Amino acid sequence: MYAPHTQADIEAMLRCIGVDSIDRLLEVPQALRLQEPLEVVSALPEYRLRRRIEQMAKRNSGADFVSFLGGGAYRHYAPPAISALAMRGEFLTAYTPYQAEVSQGYLQAIYEWQTYICLLTGMDLADASVYDGATALAESAIMAIGATGRRKFLVSRAVNPNYRAVLRTYCNGLDVTVDEITLTADGTTDLEALARAVASQEYAGVAMQSPNFFGNVDALDAAAQVTLSASGTVPVAVIAEAISLAALATPASWGAQIVAGEAQSFGVPVAYGGPHVGFIATTNAHMRRIPGRLVGKTRDSAGRTAYVLTLQAREQHIRRERATSNICTNQAHCALIATIYLALLGETGLRDVAALNLERSRELATAVSNAGIKLRFSAPFFNEIVVEVGRRGRDVLAALQERGILGGIDLGRWYPEYENCILMAATELTTTAEIGKLAGALQEVGRVGAAV
Amino acid sequence: MSAPPSERTVSPLIFDQGQRGRANRYVERGKALDAFLPRNLLRDELPLPENTELDVVRHYTRLSQRTFGIDVGFYPLGSCTMKYNPKVNDTLASQHEFADLHPFVPDELAQGALQVMHELERSFCSLFGMAAFSLNPSAGAQAELAALLVAKKYFRDRGETQRDKVIVPDTAHGTNPASAAMCGFTVISLKSDTRGRVDPAEIRKVLGPDTAVCMMTNPNTLGLFEERIHEVTDAVHEAGGLMYYDGANANALMGNTRPGDMGFDLMHLNTHKTFTIPHGGGGAGHGPLGVAAHLIEYLPTPYVVRDGDRYRLDFDRPKSIGPMRSFWSNFAHAVRALAYLYANGAEGLTKASQYAVLNANYLRVKIAEFLETPYPEICRHEFVASAQRLKKETGVRALDIAKALLDRNFMAPTIYFPLIVPEALMIEPTETESKETLDAFVDALREIVETAKRDPQSLMNAPVNTVVGRVDEARAARQPDLRWDPHV
Repeated sequence: MYAPHTQADIEAMLRCIGVDSIDRLLEVPQALRLQEPLEVVSALPEYRLRRRIEQMAKRNSGADFVSFLGGGAYRHYAPPAISALAMRGEFLTAYTPYQAEVSQGYLQAIYEWQTYICLLTGMDLADASVYDGATALAESAIMAIGATGRRKFLVSRAVNPNYRAVLRTYCNGLDVTVDEITLTADGTTDLEALARAVASQEYAGVAMQSPNFFGNVDALDAAAQVTLSASGTVPVAVIAEAISLAALATPASWGAQIVAGEAQSFGVPVAYGGPHVGFIATTNAHMRRIPGRLVGKTRDSAGRTAYVLTLQAREQHIRRERATSNICTNQAHCALIATIYLALLGETGLRDVAALNLERSRELATAVSNAGIKLRFSAPFFNEIVVEVGRRGRDVLAALQERGILGGIDLGRWYPEYENCILMAATELTTTAEIGKLAGALQEVGRVGAAV
Repeated sequence: MSAPPSERTVSPLIFDQGQRGRANRYVERGKALDAFLPRNLLRDELPLPENTELDVVRHYTRLSQRTFGIDVGFYPLGSCTMKYNPKVNDTLASQHEFADLHPFVPDELAQGALQVMHELERSFCSLFGMAAFSLNPSAGAQAELAALLVAKKYFRDRGETQRDKVIVPDTAHGTNPASAAMCGFTVISLKSDTRGRVDPAEIRKVLGPDTAVCMMTNPNTLGLFEERIHEVTDAVHEAGGLMYYDGANANALMGNTRPGDMGFDLMHLNTHKTFTIPHGGGGAGHGPLGVAAHLIEYLPTPYVVRDGDRYRLDFDRPKSIGPMRSFWSNFAHAVRALAYLYANGAEGLTKASQYAVLNANYLRVKIAEFLETPYPEICRHEFVASAQRLKKETGVRALDIAKALLDRNFMAPTIYFPLIVPEALMIEPTETESKETLDAFVDALREIVETAKRDPQSLMNAPVNTVVGRVDEARAARQPDLRWDPHV
């Protein structure tokens, strides 16, 4: 499929090359020749391959459940104009814009993306994207390590556990120690413990997430900012729910020098985990440590405004083993989607989405409370809540699943002390009817549980 | 890329357009934020532009028109495998049941998605001779990093922590040494021989008890097949090291030979090259990591396991290096890759590699009529030409040729890589291009070389038919302007 040659073409080309068969071009030593037939899925005409894969798609009933799943991937409304634009072949089938003169459109879009991330985070500059939020955190840690020369990194236990796991994977490679900060009883980072830890002046950086994995606002306070500054530890802010940036005080305002974020919420489908899109934003002081592509504005030979990939001396294809990161391919197309999303929503639209997330999640909190379920924490939250269900969270979730509801995420998976807790998300797409259905089911499940 | 005059004017930024009050109504109006949170937790302002949907559509349509993709024209970018990206793949990947499937959905409600991943993995194993693949890494470079983490953990478990050297040929992609450095390995660069290959005798000189991994691609970045690969892999294995295959060039060998049979222990694939995932202007990619049997338990988590007719994500893998990313895989790309496999089967994939090699050799022979080809022998999916002689004679460099091609509606080849060829033009046509397209490209290149001899200055001024002229990269780096600023 997709190969154009006629027999006559092949013969003409072989004659030109001066060989009598294609096999002649592919000769390999005897020992390397394929010994057995390949066991690959069998070829199908297009209409049948569609049916086959559409059948597989239908076996994902989870896409149609009433869902309160969040925890780092969020369902938000994405206007169809996004895909109409982003799926244009010029964007979709372009490579990394090395040849600036025929890539001005994409380069400008990435420059707009970098700007949007700066405006939202309050930082000086942002890169052209990294793989996702977790790798953004790992790469931010590497920036902090490079900036300080220290070999230890600190992370709050309220940071998304998947992100922390990836941080550990990367730090294992670099033989960097990762230590964790304990939680307060209210589901936020223990800032006093943080202050004690950084006093040793051994940590390159410290990562906090706000809103944190439990949905709680979890920023550094003024005292912690002073302590961090004195210790020379680089504050890294993690943003897993980018919609929160439209409402909450910017990471820059609470002292972050690096922001490691995930922008999936800006119009990118959850897609069973990817592709999503990470970003790193930072201060001018760290400009030359930032990983990945950067687009800069410059001029062409006639003095006209033009855009180009820049500061490439940081990158692997120039600096090889001395590069700031090995990243090559990033998530440009998802960044484009996010950029178009932000352009469509604008200030008012994005603020509305943020407000609706705040409103629906409070509606959810009220409904579950009224159903007799306890909220685990009382800290201010964005669009996720933790509820305590009185027995193992996963048992309650299984019972809800039987009633067509994906009630949330079992926190016992990562936090043994919260094995009776469920993390629930509500977004602008969550309806009052869905919240009612969940509350009713929780009551029912509670009664069944009590009877057992 | 020629454009009508209207498109050649400056394209204003989205931030310089629109008016406050032009917001689109996609959701209900929200209440004031301080109805929900105390004011000290809220941001002060949110200075984003407001444009109508029509204005946004026109803006990004216009930007797309100022962008060159495979759908626009021939894209002979060496080592990037810019083949046609079938549209059906995008349709299938964006189906609601895939696109709206949350990664935390329980396995039993995501059986179709897990089946996609499993079928893809099994096919990759057979195609490349590996025991298992992880679909976790996000792109080729991340798979390289994952592979080196696997190697590091494997050696640690064996008590061989002294193995801290990674051997990389001088023709290797830049990601290889950069990935090695991210794992704390020291890189030994290996000089290629006069035939552009790795000499097994040379590699033996650097092997020792400190050897961890040797990273190679075959065919290498000169497009040449390393026919003595077994001597290399045997020597590295005898020294106790592991062999890593950089799959960037895998489009050359499907149905012909397999990295597993060459003796490689680890490999990655760039499905955004070989398996027609659209590059999207630089990602998202997808970098499955393949391993031989003795390394399976080190693969990143989660790993898709099949139990009878049920599939599940396995996180409980004590020896795993851990996850490389937030969630399981760039799953939408797994759907695309599987669709491509179904469109082809074993026979179609074999043919794809054959035609990729046929096209590259055809171009190589035709281009050798007027440009140097430093390694004049049968190549695989790509080859390297050089403008060194032309530069000496006329002053016209590889860069000028690249820019002149842009004026003639072709994407430029990869230039100045691999590093060992001066004034390199690395050309990879892929199998989906017809003879007519290849001939038109040869004609354009021939005309450029003739122009170089007659009027070199005209090429040094190229491109002139594009929306902007040659871009001042030095200025961009000297005075970094990385964002629009509302206060400027």
